[in-house]
Amino acid sequence: MNKSRKLRRYLPLYLMALPCLIYIFCNNYLPMFGIIIAFKKLNFAKGIFGSPWNGFNNFKFLFTTQDAWVITRNTVLYNVVFIIVGMICSITVAILLNEIRSKTAGKFYQSAILIPHLMSWVIVSYIAYALLSNETGLINNSILKSMGKEVVNWYGEKRYWPFILVFVNQWKGIGFSTIVYLSSIVGISQDYYEAARIDGATKWQQIRYITLPLIKPTVITLLILSLGRIFNSDFGLFYQLPRNSGILYDVTNTIDVYVYNALMNNNDFAKSSAASVYQAVVGFVLVLTTNGIIRKVDRENALF
Amino acid sequence: MKNQDRGFRIGAHIVLMLLSLLAILPFLLLIIGSFTDNAWAIANGYSFFPKEWSLKAYQYIGQQWSTIGRAYLVTIFVTVFGTALGLLITSMLGYALSRPELPGRGIILVFVVITMLFNGGIVASYFIWTQVFHIKNTIWALIFPNLLANAFNIILLKNYFENDIPRALLESAFLDGASELKTFTSIVLPLSLPILATVGLMSALAYWNDWTNGLYYLSERGGSQYYSVQNILNSMNNNIQFLANNATELAKAGMSGADLPSTTVRMAIAVVGIIPILAAYPFFQKYFVKGITIGAVKG
Repeated sequence: MNKSRKLRRYLPLYLMALPCLIYIFCNNYLPMFGIIIAFKKLNFAKGIFGSPWNGFNNFKFLFTTQDAWVITRNTVLYNVVFIIVGMICSITVAILLNEIRSKTAGKFYQSAILIPHLMSWVIVSYIAYALLSNETGLINNSILKSMGKEVVNWYGEKRYWPFILVFVNQWKGIGFSTIVYLSSIVGISQDYYEAARIDGATKWQQIRYITLPLIKPTVITLLILSLGRIFNSDFGLFYQLPRNSGILYDVTNTIDVYVYNALMNNNDFAKSSAASVYQAVVGFVLVLTTNGIIRKVDRENALF
Repeated sequence: MKNQDRGFRIGAHIVLMLLSLLAILPFLLLIIGSFTDNAWAIANGYSFFPKEWSLKAYQYIGQQWSTIGRAYLVTIFVTVFGTALGLLITSMLGYALSRPELPGRGIILVFVVITMLFNGGIVASYFIWTQVFHIKNTIWALIFPNLLANAFNIILLKNYFENDIPRALLESAFLDGASELKTFTSIVLPLSLPILATVGLMSALAYWNDWTNGLYYLSERGGSQYYSVQNILNSMNNNIQFLANNATELAKAGMSGADLPSTTVRMAIAVVGIIPILAAYPFFQKYFVKGITIGAVKG
């Protein structure tokens, strides 16, 4: 009696919760079971469940290739550089933005710097093409030629791409992370700066001894969160920007791009599913580890 | 001291001005590129100062409107439908979870949060969506995978409903005999417009800009009638003749593949894709910044 009344009372809430829970089950939980694909010798005629088991052979195929090392190295190294460069640039810009007293100017700068973040990577790759294309690119035609220099085959030369990728990643992402740091900086009480000025502290000293120490918690939280994602790469950046150019793979191929190409272009289910599970599992371990670290450093910000 | 502060401030203005230019100028190049004469662009490259201007690229888009206009409709439909449906189911679950007395709330929360920690990977998702749900080459391919709802937004809305809507309001509504659904639609939702606008905006932008679902789930033969603007752009990146390949369309337009002003038309289609966002940006800027700030609080 009591139980059925309780059920009747909460039934509407359960019904309201249901659609989204079903979606999460289909979109997030079923693929977790789908991981078994990585241990199967996939045969489309027989379907996922009918295909024969293949043990760890798919992983063996993947890790005997040079690719496994290249995509791991690229994914992790680019992320490390992105984290360091991104942190320095966006904290700097946030501090500068905080100095602007004029509301109109501040809003203008902030809005302008955010525009690239609004655009998809496809659009960004079009812009990059307008700048870098061999025949019609602005840099080759308007800049290098007028300076009397040799034109550069941008999409065919590996050595430029680490710089291009880091630069474009910053260009697109700096507005976003600047706002995050800025929201932490504006929270600092003006009294500290007032007192420092009375004591004769220079601007640089104020930044060094007030701003930076006080935004340290934000910095650490964001740092740890991005460490947890170090095995994930931005598919758009690494796939769209180099226009999936095979010559550049050595410096542009990351796990996400590799999985896409193996799955959709080469029909190599063995290696693509192995790489995809490799990423998911290592990513999971990283998230758990970093969350463990957050719990030690600062319980409040732990995810769970 | 005063002088030093002023020097610092002027320096800040200069650096930020340069960064703003760096952010804006590439889009200007895109726009100018689309208005450049095709032959001039081939000979001299894209430029901020073309000597010969032309509207050919846009005329071509006009002739190809059956393809590009359809892509536009697809993008608008997917954005509106996906955002509305996603917001609806997310807020309903968020509302249920915002009630501390709901039996089983803890388990449901764990069920939701686990998805932030672990996923089956791209290949497993691909097989589930194509082999179990058969969405390959349907319009649903652009709506359902990944974009509809996520744990982060659910928690965000749950926290807002729980902390920012006075509990007494709900209780008095129940005393008056209002049902859960009625309370949700006539009290909770109207009081949550700012957060709904923020979450909805982020979701709409994600739908408008998405090209990966089309890349995975729509094939060029069989699914291209559902291409969004981003998918068309992506296909033209691989193959500039993508539009021209559509032989029947060309015959209707009375053109041959050679007439394609390929160098400038790719810029024109990109412009067509970004104009709505740029035009709406001043109006949603406030919510966008807010979305980033609350997003940063928890990952």
